Amino acid sequence: MVQPQVDLGCHGSGTCASVREGALVVALAGQPNVGKSTIFNMLTGLSQHVGNWPGKTVERKTGPYVHQGREMALVDLPGTYSLTANSVEERIARDYIIHEAPDVVVAVVDAAIPERSLYLLAELLLLPAPVVMVLNMMDVAEQEGVQIEPRVLEAALGIPVIGMVATRNEGLAPMLDAIVAVADGTYPYNPKRPTILPDHEAVLGTLITLIAPYVPSPYPVPWVALKLLEGDEELIDMMRAAAPSDVWEQVHAILYKHEDAVLDIAGARYTWIARMVRAAVVRPRVGQLGLTQRLDSVLTHPVWGTLALLAILGVVFVLTYTIGQPIQDWLEGQLAAVSGLVAAGLGGISAPVWLSDLIVDGIIGGVGMVATFTPILALFFATLGLLEDTGYMARAAYVTDRLMHMMGLHGKSFMPLLLGFGCNVPAVLGSRIIESPRARLLTVLLAPLVPCAAQLAVVTVLGAAFFGRAASLVVWALVAVNLLTLAGLGLLLHRIVLRGEPSVFIMELPLYHLPNPRTIGLYVWRNLVAFLEKAGKVILVASVVVWLLSYIPGGGDVDRSILGMIGRALEPVGRLMGLPWQMLVALLTSFVAKENAIATLGVLYGDFETVLPTLLTGPAALALLVVQMLFVPCVATVAAMRQESGSWKWTLFGVVLLLVLSLVGGILVYQVGTLIVGG
Amino acid sequence: MVPLEQLNPGAVGYIGALEGGHRFISRLAALGFTPGAPVTVVRNYGHGPIIVQVRGAQIALGRGEAGRILVHREDDDGAAAG
Repeated sequence: MVQPQVDLGCHGSGTCASVREGALVVALAGQPNVGKSTIFNMLTGLSQHVGNWPGKTVERKTGPYVHQGREMALVDLPGTYSLTANSVEERIARDYIIHEAPDVVVAVVDAAIPERSLYLLAELLLLPAPVVMVLNMMDVAEQEGVQIEPRVLEAALGIPVIGMVATRNEGLAPMLDAIVAVADGTYPYNPKRPTILPDHEAVLGTLITLIAPYVPSPYPVPWVALKLLEGDEELIDMMRAAAPSDVWEQVHAILYKHEDAVLDIAGARYTWIARMVRAAVVRPRVGQLGLTQRLDSVLTHPVWGTLALLAILGVVFVLTYTIGQPIQDWLEGQLAAVSGLVAAGLGGISAPVWLSDLIVDGIIGGVGMVATFTPILALFFATLGLLEDTGYMARAAYVTDRLMHMMGLHGKSFMPLLLGFGCNVPAVLGSRIIESPRARLLTVLLAPLVPCAAQLAVVTVLGAAFFGRAASLVVWALVAVNLLTLAGLGLLLHRIVLRGEPSVFIMELPLYHLPNPRTIGLYVWRNLVAFLEKAGKVILVASVVVWLLSYIPGGGDVDRSILGMIGRALEPVGRLMGLPWQMLVALLTSFVAKENAIATLGVLYGDFETVLPTLLTGPAALALLVVQMLFVPCVATVAAMRQESGSWKWTLFGVVLLLVLSLVGGILVYQVGTLIVGG
Repeated sequence: MVPLEQLNPGAVGYIGALEGGHRFISRLAALGFTPGAPVTVVRNYGHGPIIVQVRGAQIALGRGEAGRILVHREDDDGAAAG
């Protein structure tokens, strides 16, 4: 587990400076929502590397920084409330500090809620790495009426305490100075460590004597003993394996007798914290309302809160599409111009027709189509990042929890599902934030029913071709059908397939604060890069393959191509929905990427926007759109589903379920529609 | 002692006991729900999750979770919390 050299994992990112041996390794630790990532982002910016912790689906962010000639390797640990192994994040954070022994740990504390966020510091001080404390969000504290004196806290704690407003770049340089001073031993580092209740001290002493010879290196013995007393599952397993069985039996008897010690130990930490902050913190007078309370009187209200959420979502979508659509149209125009130029150029050097077709239709057509979605996605991610960074997202989760609960989901499922409107891949990946495995699995299975930007683009184009002025009405109805299907399916799966274990809902509502442009910018950038990488690799290959399948054999005559053959084999299914085989082929290619449906229709029909309405009846056109909206997720989403569910069985279940659902939906719409219209 | 979910908005309770699995208790203890700690109910509509304030932080709790936190009631007039 111990890595000898500093691995910053900078593969592929151009601005990443190489970190020599001797660079200070600095780990950022803190509870969720304390602005830890803002500090990290301010220092590392685009030179940061985002990967996963080995074998885990938790983000691992690292980055280099040079402060006055001193090289530092920064590691952003996952946000955790404590260091007991209750969650995978907590295991990662403490394993890192114990095994990788960073030179300095920066404990980031929320200045507006010092008591609660000092709890993690109380735990960090028991580990060997020296700690520098940062009181972040001093501005939020002031806005909430909390006054806090870093220097008084420093005197009480015996470690450097730096006041900071990371979003305004205040306090970062003093923090870096303190890190260097502590690492070099020029700071009189003399931490006061929390104590436990007197009645537990004797028990702890006995435990230490018993386990001391068997605690594996580099675990500190008193810390292991304390964590055993707190009932830490991971360390109990470790010591059961490490100690001889007669010793373990004695240990186990003690732990059994003091089973409820966890509450006393946590309580003692809070008592210690109260003593430390007593002189340093002035609380607001009773009755004085902070900004958060005033905003929340509306935003978490059952009626006003729901209306506010709907209004905010409305603004998000209107903004995204009114600003994004013109840019997208412009890009499409540019793309057509480029295609024309390339085609003319290739014609000019008398290149073979197949080569020209491959480049213009296969490559430029496929990848260019994806590129045109980028502005809409960027805007969408930016508004979501904004809502997240101000602290509003947790309120949205609270307001929607009851609705989500009925589907077996969780208030926290709301955010990932919302992401799905941009792209289903981050939606599925975003389900990580849900602790309950069952609610997480349900979210993964249901996320593909949220229509993504590409799907919406396809139905918008086809809807306009088929239904003219009524198109926007049809598109809204289709979105509603998808969301109702999602709710119905959730209800059904919750009741029948995934019964059992109720999901636990414990969620902090962070204090509102001004968003940080840099944090949001990096959020947008990372999501876009992930999307474009997918477009660059999967979709390029796929569009060339689809083009090839439609080209051979027959040299461009789709009727005689492989794709045509597959389509004709599926004709009986199509007949039930009133759809010719070309449409089925278009649907099949949308498995590669949703936007391919349009590209394929373009390849098969040429100017499909004028041809299609003459080919399909109204019910058949509607059936096509319904199937397209409910159809199996794209290949990238399927891969994400496999990764997050950890099971091919559930992934396959989800895909087959949607396949059946979409076909049944299509057949139903066509048959019923034909009955009403009369063919 | 009464379950936290039965307190009205504005009411203050002092943590008496937590019922549930070890992991559940450990998570709540870290968030500051330790014996004797004052908890102010901020939102409680009789259905859906409730919001409480503990150790200066606002925490949303499902009804099931709030039902397993037992508190000593201080008074129910709610005037103290604003």
